[in-house]
Amino acid sequence: MKIVVCIKQVPDTTEVKINPQTGTLIREGVPSIMNPDDKGGLEFALQLKEQYGAHVTVITMGLPQADAILREALAMGVDRAILLTDRKLGGADTLATSSALAGALRTMDFDLIITGRQAIDGDTAQVGPQIAEHLDLPQVSYLEHLEYDGNKTFTIRKQTEEGYQMLQMDAPCLVTVLASAVKPRYMSVSGIVDAYNREVEVWNADKIDVPEERIGKAGSPTSVFKSFPKSLKPAGETFEVSPEEAVDLIIGKLKEKHII
Amino acid sequence: MDISQYKDVYVFAEQRDGVIQNVVFELLGKARDLADTLGEKVVAILLGSGVKDKAQQLIASGADKVFVVDNDLLKDYLTEPYAQAITQIIQDQKPSIFLLGATTIGRDLGPRLSARNVTGLTADCTKLEIGENRELQMTRPAFGGNLMATILCKEHRPQMSTVRPGVMQRIPVDNNRKGEVVDFAASFDMAKINRVKLLKTVKEEKSVADISEAKILVSGGRGVGNKEGFQKLEALAKELGGEVSSSRAMVDAGVMEQSRQVGQTGKTVRPNLYMACGISGAIQHLAGMEESEFIIAINKDKFAPIFNVADIGIVGDLHKIVPMLTEKLKAMQK
Repeated sequence: MKIVVCIKQVPDTTEVKINPQTGTLIREGVPSIMNPDDKGGLEFALQLKEQYGAHVTVITMGLPQADAILREALAMGVDRAILLTDRKLGGADTLATSSALAGALRTMDFDLIITGRQAIDGDTAQVGPQIAEHLDLPQVSYLEHLEYDGNKTFTIRKQTEEGYQMLQMDAPCLVTVLASAVKPRYMSVSGIVDAYNREVEVWNADKIDVPEERIGKAGSPTSVFKSFPKSLKPAGETFEVSPEEAVDLIIGKLKEKHII
Repeated sequence: MDISQYKDVYVFAEQRDGVIQNVVFELLGKARDLADTLGEKVVAILLGSGVKDKAQQLIASGADKVFVVDNDLLKDYLTEPYAQAITQIIQDQKPSIFLLGATTIGRDLGPRLSARNVTGLTADCTKLEIGENRELQMTRPAFGGNLMATILCKEHRPQMSTVRPGVMQRIPVDNNRKGEVVDFAASFDMAKINRVKLLKTVKEEKSVADISEAKILVSGGRGVGNKEGFQKLEALAKELGGEVSSSRAMVDAGVMEQSRQVGQTGKTVRPNLYMACGISGAIQHLAGMEESEFIIAINKDKFAPIFNVADIGIVGDLHKIVPMLTEKLKAMQK
């Protein structure tokens, strides 16, 4: 079985702070990480590698520094790492991003494509299903659990608002994975040493099978019109009082607001 | 693409077990507003099996026209049959705007439709407005809720958007409103549909409460610590007639179920009262609750960012204050 996992390097948005005076983002010093849902997807792939000898490739589209997450994936145990990077791919929205990744995937062999449900810098959850559409593959998103029959059929538990669904599909297919579904392994010490001696294949736009008008800014139907910091509402009053006083204060306010 | 051929505001009327989802009525409220500004119609798309009698509900909440595709294949949501039926309606009718709820269904279906119809999709919008050139301005949180971005889809149609549940306002139900109900005969490519089989759908009892519908939420974060800590919050919520919700930290720690998570990756809530207990107030969390009517925060750390959005902040130990508050409310009941 051949698995390709699509991963993305993202700023760790939980580390982003806001300048309280200006209300603007402080971007400096925000670490870059492998997107958590993608890392969950990678863990599922590595488990299938252990159980069924699957061959696992990771691919990312991004800037040259995205090499770092590919090395991390190599240290976790993947077989092959590809960095798709080219100025022609820049300024892509989700549709153009998915077109480029699908263009890369078209040149590869795979039985299963795994993506994260969504990336924490955009939270769109679009690229996985869009790749599936470009490649005419069946998809299941919001994957919590995956079973493989060792032949060609996957049984998938999908998270829903009310609980879950069990779904079945055959390879080739695509799933999008939730980070909360699995605990990703750590990089092994030998893996880390090894990762820096191994090859990360660098691909440019000429290497992928997609028309140029479908990638980068030209292939993006959406564009950012403007962006602005969130307006912060003025802070209320904060009290440092004893628990007894706090209880009276809260009850007073709840009465005033007709909540009780 | 000649975008002048495209008109009207379409809403995907998501149903589960034949029940139209709340977010649909919110979408219809917003669609009404947009369509009135444009001088166009609100059109709902209702897919399912034996659902035609639900069309009037959509009209009563703002739709001028409802396309119904009634077929056994559409009884439960599956990506492919839904994408096929809706794509036929899009190609036939040429909507200018197409809105879906940002639910697990809308977020699965939306991107598939956008790629199939080669158009843009803006995810999880919190604001939709018509701009000077009659284009749809779609505003959404970006960068983990730190920034707001307004997105346009200039040269492709339909302009597609998923909208967060709990954000848009529904309009008052008018059962006398008149509208047109049209059966749409979709054809299906069975070879593609058969690639995914739904084995079963399981509803988990504990997840039934919908926190985005609750008027009062007692919400817990890292400071609550564990399940025993949440029992204190549950007792208070019960006394106040509310529900318990949670920050992401407690969901990731496995203490609370994901369906009760408030925030960027959880639900957006705007209850009358939001009591944040032991929640520091990461930006992702604030994004999901800062529109609440009245916010009380209890936290040991007086520098916790939650105090920046709270109407009343208490610097103190929730493990003392919450049980005392519950007891006092109980005593007042008697």
